[in-house]
Amino acid sequence: MMTVDYQRGGNLVSEKKFPVGMRILAVDDDPICLKVLESLLRKCQYEVTTTNQAITALEMLRENRNKYDLVISDVNMPDMDGFKLLELVGLEMDLPVIMLSSHGDKEFVYKGVTHGAVDYLLKPVRMEELKNIWQHVIRRKKWYPKDQNRSPNQDKVDDGAGEGEHGVTSTGSADQNGKLNRKRKDQDEEDEEEGEDGDDNEVSGNQKKPRVVWSVDLHQKFVSAVNQMGLDKAVPKKILDLMNVDGLTRENVASHLQKFRLYLKRISCGGNQQGNMVSAYGANDASYLRMNSADGFGDFRSMHGPGIQLSTTSLSSYPPGTLLGRLNSPGGLTLRGIASSGLLQPGLLPTNQGKNLFQGISLEPKQLQMKSINHIGEFNHKRDTAGFTLASCFPDVKVTIGSSSNTISSVTSSLPILQANPQQNHSKGSLVTQSSLRMPSLNQESFDVGVHGSSNFLDHSRCDDSWQSAVQLSAFPSFRHDPLPSSTLRDNISSTTSHIVNSPIDFSSTVSLRAPLEDSRVDMQGQTDFIGNIFQNTTNYISKNRWEENSQNYNPGLNDSFGAMNSLVSGNASSGALNQSMDQRKRFGASMIGQSNSGTLSMFQHPDVENFALDPKMRSNEDVILEQTKSQNGFVQNNYESLDDIMNAMMKQ
Amino acid sequence: MERTRLRRQVALTRQSLFDQGFLDEQFIQLEDLQDDANPNFVEEVVTLYYRDSARLITNIEKALEKNSLDFNKLDGFMHQFKGSSSSIGAKKVKAECTLFREYCRAGNGEGCTRTFQQIKKEYATLKRKLEAYFQVVRQAGPAETACWPK
Repeated sequence: MMTVDYQRGGNLVSEKKFPVGMRILAVDDDPICLKVLESLLRKCQYEVTTTNQAITALEMLRENRNKYDLVISDVNMPDMDGFKLLELVGLEMDLPVIMLSSHGDKEFVYKGVTHGAVDYLLKPVRMEELKNIWQHVIRRKKWYPKDQNRSPNQDKVDDGAGEGEHGVTSTGSADQNGKLNRKRKDQDEEDEEEGEDGDDNEVSGNQKKPRVVWSVDLHQKFVSAVNQMGLDKAVPKKILDLMNVDGLTRENVASHLQKFRLYLKRISCGGNQQGNMVSAYGANDASYLRMNSADGFGDFRSMHGPGIQLSTTSLSSYPPGTLLGRLNSPGGLTLRGIASSGLLQPGLLPTNQGKNLFQGISLEPKQLQMKSINHIGEFNHKRDTAGFTLASCFPDVKVTIGSSSNTISSVTSSLPILQANPQQNHSKGSLVTQSSLRMPSLNQESFDVGVHGSSNFLDHSRCDDSWQSAVQLSAFPSFRHDPLPSSTLRDNISSTTSHIVNSPIDFSSTVSLRAPLEDSRVDMQGQTDFIGNIFQNTTNYISKNRWEENSQNYNPGLNDSFGAMNSLVSGNASSGALNQSMDQRKRFGASMIGQSNSGTLSMFQHPDVENFALDPKMRSNEDVILEQTKSQNGFVQNNYESLDDIMNAMMKQ
Repeated sequence: MERTRLRRQVALTRQSLFDQGFLDEQFIQLEDLQDDANPNFVEEVVTLYYRDSARLITNIEKALEKNSLDFNKLDGFMHQFKGSSSSIGAKKVKAECTLFREYCRAGNGEGCTRTFQQIKKEYATLKRKLEAYFQVVRQAGPAETACWPK
């Protein structure tokens, strides 16, 4: 057994021999497993300390955290739950913990990951698996030289040793590090630095400074602190105080806050860099997505309430009426376009004052580390302010969901597909109801056009093609082109219709708010719920589809969030197809693009406007739409079984 | 000659354990861990297994005798038992453990009891076979045991 000399506290990673001599604490109440594990680890030339009691392990760790580099712990222990130990170790000692279990059940693995495990191994553990566990130490290592100094967006995948002087990944592990980075890169949607690594920005130039690792818990504390004061008002000093975490500096918090804000912005607009709201606000910061995929959910949980304050900057500033306007910013939802297009009843707009016009949810699955992360975009927590539309993008699809009560209604009303009863009082904003237009031109193609034309925030390049058509949320600008002077719905509608017919873009751009989210209806009032739904749906969707991808990913809280979100969901979650959700009359603002079973989620929350079907094909929904249009603040949310369904549905159009 | 014969016997016995499904690759892992520093590692681990798991078997047995079964508890016992068994590569035992767990989850007491009998049977059979195996190993001499072709 090799012994490696290193300073106390171990700059072990910088030792050339690393991972040889890596110090591991192995905890397992099963003596056989422990013995075997010990031997295996020794064979890998690690230094192993064993204990069969979790409590003892904690004591040993507390006594001197610096004595160990990594902890491997069984899940099932009599004196303490392995997950609990995991959490404590992560929080107190900030050591990487690997979970071990004979059960590879999804729930367990999920729990492990959400509690902060860096890995989850199945018994019996094999040598091959143990050979690479040192990577977790590197990732977390506090004294990680140059690499730590990289900016979040910098590609860590230089040649393994290309980081510079750092001896960390030293010679031997250069390749491995490169591999490691590459591996991580693959895992990441983008080459964003993992958030778990802490504040890279801060550490530049200061290699010896211990880095803060934003663990799940820490981040949750952070988020709850931020929520308490409101993201707008969040200042590092106050957050620091609220968090009350030892050893955390204001700088740590400041940097984290900055990242967090960037992250929120980014997810709020589908992460489109050009011309969309997010881009307007700042660069994307995938690290948040990654780190907080789960955390984000946790946030939601905590934010569940008056509103989800996911994003502060971009959306909170949207006044009800101007939401559309904002949305219509270069890449954003062009709700404004709708409004200005005149489709909107003059009276409609005002009606929505004070209500959340848009519930925007921006999900950027791609950005999400787990690729299945849903982040609900910024949500204006103020009831009075309009919601905002956010592109919500599910895996590889960005969908912006925005609902402006006014615009939507108007938009929808203008949509030919909307079937509206003449008697519907459009003054209520139920343009939809009055709309009896059918938009033959509404088709996938047009959607595409709309999407492309309208807002950039749908990252077309990233979106599935079929989605693009589906995601017409942002395609409001087209309406802009249609100045419909008429104040009657009918007029608007008709003019819109004609217009629409002529220019599919218009139509598609405006109306199709699709969100490939599985979700349930959300009440306008329950903005939170709405978000929650979206969240839930997205998360559900994501989790369904991305589970396998996530096993190794650190996605703490994701599951928990899902659960939490689910609870947020207001009543009528229907996991069925669009039609099903359509059945839920209560406030739907969503217009579904025709797919009966697609997962398009058009999330409009419009107090006055009800759901309107954008899709001409949605004949069956006519009545529903009508009814829905009457409902207030309703969202029609389709539950998607999978993105595929959504896509298929889209394709059908 | 004798040594050769013995070695061959060891090899055959070992092979049959794999062929008949009593052991899986994990056992090979154990063998890999055996070296000069740990010349009897495999036997040590197996001995430890039979000693420690006897306790678990008793616990499960007691728990199964109760009128109303505590499936959670049973599951917990089985979790550990399965972990140990898989650590030494006890393939058949492990398979029965999995089955047992299914019954636990389904709340099927009768299934549990039935499966447990199976577990005990496999457990005992394996013990017998391994004991015989180690005996031949010892007879063949320690130096040779490290050379088994994998």
